[in-house]
Amino acid sequence: MAGTGEGKKEEADYKRMNSFPLIRHTDMPEEMRVETMELCVTACEKFATNNESAAKMIKESMDKKFGSSWHVVIGEGFGFEVTHEVKNLLYMFFGGSLAVCVWKCS
Amino acid sequence: MSVRKASTVRAKTTKAAKTTKAASQKKDEKTLQKPPGQLALTEAELKEEITRTLTTNNPHAPQNIVRYSFKECSYKPVLVMDQMAVHFEMEGNLVYRDLDEARRLEGLPKETVKASTEAHPDEEKPDTPVTPASKADKEPKVRSQFNFSEMASQTLNNPMTEISCQTEPPQHCTFSANANQWEIYDAYVEELQKQEKNKEKQKTIQLKEDGDKSKKKMMLTETQYDDINKLGKAAKIIERMLHQNRFDDIAQDFKYFEDPSDEFRGQQGTILPLWEFHYDKIKKLSVTALCWNKKYPDLFSVGLGSYNFTKQRRGMLVFYSLKNSTFPEYIYPTSSSVLCLDIHEQRSYLVAVGFYDGCVAVYNLKREGQEPVYKSTAKTGKHTDPVWQVCWQNDDIENHHNFYSVSSDGRVVSWTLIKHELRFTNVIRLSLNAEDKPSAQQASTACGTSMDFHKQIDYLFLVGTEQGKIHKCKTYSRQYLETYAAHDMPVDTVKWNYFHPNVFISCSSDWTVKIWDHTINTPIFTFDLKAAVGDVAWAPYSSTVFAAVTTDGTVHIFDLNINKDEPLCQQAVMAKHRLTHIEFNPTHPIIIVGDIRGDVASFKLSPNLRQKQKMKKGQVQPKGPEVEVAKMEKLLRLMRGPDLE
Repeated sequence: MAGTGEGKKEEADYKRMNSFPLIRHTDMPEEMRVETMELCVTACEKFATNNESAAKMIKESMDKKFGSSWHVVIGEGFGFEVTHEVKNLLYMFFGGSLAVCVWKCS
Repeated sequence: MSVRKASTVRAKTTKAAKTTKAASQKKDEKTLQKPPGQLALTEAELKEEITRTLTTNNPHAPQNIVRYSFKECSYKPVLVMDQMAVHFEMEGNLVYRDLDEARRLEGLPKETVKASTEAHPDEEKPDTPVTPASKADKEPKVRSQFNFSEMASQTLNNPMTEISCQTEPPQHCTFSANANQWEIYDAYVEELQKQEKNKEKQKTIQLKEDGDKSKKKMMLTETQYDDINKLGKAAKIIERMLHQNRFDDIAQDFKYFEDPSDEFRGQQGTILPLWEFHYDKIKKLSVTALCWNKKYPDLFSVGLGSYNFTKQRRGMLVFYSLKNSTFPEYIYPTSSSVLCLDIHEQRSYLVAVGFYDGCVAVYNLKREGQEPVYKSTAKTGKHTDPVWQVCWQNDDIENHHNFYSVSSDGRVVSWTLIKHELRFTNVIRLSLNAEDKPSAQQASTACGTSMDFHKQIDYLFLVGTEQGKIHKCKTYSRQYLETYAAHDMPVDTVKWNYFHPNVFISCSSDWTVKIWDHTINTPIFTFDLKAAVGDVAWAPYSSTVFAAVTTDGTVHIFDLNINKDEPLCQQAVMAKHRLTHIEFNPTHPIIIVGDIRGDVASFKLSPNLRQKQKMKKGQVQPKGPEVEVAKMEKLLRLMRGPDLE
């Protein structure tokens, strides 16, 4: 019991330590990348429990800022293959267990 | 009667008509005139039936329109095209009477009023028709107070044309990845490790400040290396363009200028100064060797060092191109003065160099770096005294390159470049070729100061010595074939003639230049130039032209065919510094001269100095080396003639 309790603590610590946003792959220009990353972090922190709302928020803001039409996937375990417009893809990790994929394709 | 007449008349007319018709037909048949451009077809072709169909397709409608389909993300051809071709279009101005527009134009009230009146029952009928009429009467009255007339006009409207354009669709590409918990975990761990490493690096860097700068430079240079490399070639081309612009007049002179005043000067000629080659870092060094590159006739090499025994410093090997006189193409600093150099005939990237400290080295221009590819050391038999001349020779039986060197320590040495399999190692094998004096009285060996190989006969070469003697030798024999008592002072240069196989020239600090036939022990020609002669060179285009430089800063050019005693050109150049070397360019009519200050200047030879043999009228001028040989032979016979007698 104590062991598992400690394990959970460690996990929580690790998550807290590693909750910085880590960009895995992107081909966006610098400014766009920074803006999108911050938007994703904000959305995920705001809707920590509801991935759908977070994704919705991200998608709508991206559509407004950078034009239609954007697609957002947030989750903890998924595989994907997408066709995206060049220089409009961001794939990042956040919060130790969340993966966010944002891309544009009309 | 009349009828009959008429009939007859008619008949006549008809007959006449017939006849005329027939006649005309006959006429037509007889004089069937074809228009001049009519196509002549055979009977079969004439009878051929050609069908012409009327279709509803518009021949001008495009059939290959392609549109980008976002559904399929590709360009698709559009199959169905609008086939309507409008030939004439005119907008009519007829208006249907019952429409509002027509009523408005006529001046009547709108239809709506009438409709509403009709809806009402009949009682109001007699009233209502009156009111519209009265209204109608009133309206025009209100409008046309003065002589109001409506005038409308239509300006010319340019006909419309349709232009459509489709932009390229935004580029798409696919991306795929897997987002699992373990991937996320791994990524974070990796990132943390990187961050820790960076922190460590920063700590170490703070401790070591020198290392830090170099590391940063390394990092920077690594990233910028590729960019600068790509820029290098472009920058070089631009540099050459700028150089050409800046020295445009020199470039024009080099190519096209032929001194017209030569016609008035009789036999004399001049040399026109062209580019001058300076390099800041070679101050205090003298030009000790010059060599043109045979493959690239605009490239020449300059060996720099010092002749001064007491002031021995570093030396340098630089390569200049005529295309850029402001900066050398290749620079190789050396630890010891360069005294001589030679560029390989076939492999023009191999340069053999002899040094003041007795070493010889071979540089490969193709390689990066400033070290020679091969260098002789004390173990591998370097000379103990300065090396005065190196000469490339043909590859030996095993296709290894080899060259010869002569030095003050009395040895003529052959060096062979042997490669171990694929690696270039500094293995130089030498075969000693002792040059002992035939007389046993003098134990010391002679000091060789110059050397030249025969142009046609591989193994035959000449060596000039400090004692003023010239020895003719063979490479495979230890003994001299012949000795010529040439000069009273060290022989600075010996050179075989390019064309005539028997003739060679020698010069010395005893102020003389002598021309020899190697079969005869005494010189054919002797010239006293009134100052110590630094170097002499044959012209590659003529067997009778040679040039010499003296320590008083004068260039002398002789053409024995024209004047056997006097130089054709005697010109003071380069601010009268002591001139050390001179070389003719193998293809262009220019010479380069090096001086004691390390500067090299190029000159163009005026036409008088480049004269071909004058032929009698009617004779075809023969070309080729045979002419040159014959020319020289004639001269020799002339000189020998009185001797023999």
